[in-house]
Amino acid sequence: MFGFHYRLERSAIGLVAFIVLVASIGGFIEIAPLFTIDETVEIAEDMRLYTPLELAGRNIYIREGCYACHSQMIRTLRDDVDRYGPYSLAVESSYDHPQLWGSKRTGPDLARMGNKYSDAWHVAHLYNPRDLVPESKMPAYRWLLRDQLRIDDLGGHLAAMRAVGVPYTDEQIAFATQDAYGQANPDSAEASGVMERYGAATNVRLFDGTGPLTDMDALVAYLQMLGTLTDVAHEEQADEVE
Amino acid sequence: MALKERDEFSGQVTTGHEWNGIKELNTPVPRLVWAFLGTMALFAVVWTILMPSWPGINGYFRGLLGADQHQSVELTLAQAAADQARWTERLVNEDLATLQADADIMAVVRQASSSLFIDNCAACHGVEATGNPGYPNIAEAPMMWGGDADTIAETIRVGINATHPETRFAQMLAFGRDQMLAGAEVTLLADYVASISHGPALPTEQRLAAEELFANNCAGCHGETAKGMVETGAPDLTDEYWTYAGDHAAIRRSIYNGRQGTMPAWEGRLSTAQIRMLALYVLDLRSATP
Repeated sequence: MFGFHYRLERSAIGLVAFIVLVASIGGFIEIAPLFTIDETVEIAEDMRLYTPLELAGRNIYIREGCYACHSQMIRTLRDDVDRYGPYSLAVESSYDHPQLWGSKRTGPDLARMGNKYSDAWHVAHLYNPRDLVPESKMPAYRWLLRDQLRIDDLGGHLAAMRAVGVPYTDEQIAFATQDAYGQANPDSAEASGVMERYGAATNVRLFDGTGPLTDMDALVAYLQMLGTLTDVAHEEQADEVE
Repeated sequence: MALKERDEFSGQVTTGHEWNGIKELNTPVPRLVWAFLGTMALFAVVWTILMPSWPGINGYFRGLLGADQHQSVELTLAQAAADQARWTERLVNEDLATLQADADIMAVVRQASSSLFIDNCAACHGVEATGNPGYPNIAEAPMMWGGDADTIAETIRVGINATHPETRFAQMLAFGRDQMLAGAEVTLLADYVASISHGPALPTEQRLAAEELFANNCAGCHGETAKGMVETGAPDLTDEYWTYAGDHAAIRRSIYNGRQGTMPAWEGRLSTAQIRMLALYVLDLRSATP
């Protein structure tokens, strides 16, 4: 039974070649699905980009480890759809680097949290969850309201996203800092450019209730747009029902 | 290399190598393990034939079973909707007052709404619907926009100060911050509001001055008697319920900075039947509380 193997072991080059061949089978199995990725990822014409402020919020979401307890992936199960809304589509994560789907829920799924509750609710809830939900075990993130948001480097963050395939324009990268300020200051001169560059569906609001930009502004801006990059999930599921 | 050398104690073949007199057994892999690995490999091959798997030139192989998670969940949802149609259709089509008197439908409402309420409403209004600071008690307090079933359903549908185009809109101005009233006037009004709700009565002179201030600044929304108005969504100031706490400092803060609470619009996120069911559920909670 091992005759072939014994012979192979006597030839160093032959053994190396065979190891490479066998190991590449595993690689092929992992890579093969990407050959048909155009077919498995839906097309969303109305897909918009994360604004600089939302991207900063996303970075804070990752920094604070929110993904450890909250998933962002509504599964194709009736319970999930009943509770959270239309199941997540692959295209909705196409600008997510890295994706934050998660596989464990200590808290609820957040994939369609955008505009479900008010900004004031999110601020109060992040400040101390038990003020609003006495049975909550989520930690309080008080420093978000205190820490000033760094926005001078957001152009670099956008450029990094573009390097991995997110279609930011030169203009969006150049105005990243202004747009981040404008999105959280609706009465400022910078606010008008945000909707011009990112679409009318963008939330331009005083997220944490005050003018100066804090980490809270960014995180709430991010939470308030989750699931709103495209309406394709709502449309597709309405179609399939018909 | 003597491949066939047998070890005299175990009867197994050795590897044929010898290290200072020590030889290593070349015991074969047990048949059970081979059987297990073989079965798994066979299962994997069969599974790739049944389920979506191999990529090809014109897309991937869909599998003989035609399995599709999107379709299967849609089917389950359609089946569930069909099962629920018996009562969802009644909820959508019949008059809410009639439904409220119907014991059968109210039994369904109580059962189906509690999880719906917890998933969507309890974050602000609390599991018992008794409110939180900034979010009104909807189990007991008078409804600011009107308390009949259709009005409640409409409030849930369009929200208050929400993003819905037909949303209800109400804003209490920042009388102090925007310098419409002087600091002393704000304090006097806070004294007055506290006095008509729970506090000690004011001396006559102050009361008359405060009443004039109230009539000029507050009565437009809260009503001349401060009992609130459903047309403006302004709350009753004379009762024991407070959205933003009723102590003197909190009342003063409200007059100074203004208030503009938000209730999100639920149209789009919840179905018409679910919205109407929640309106009935809230009324049911209210009738249960003494």
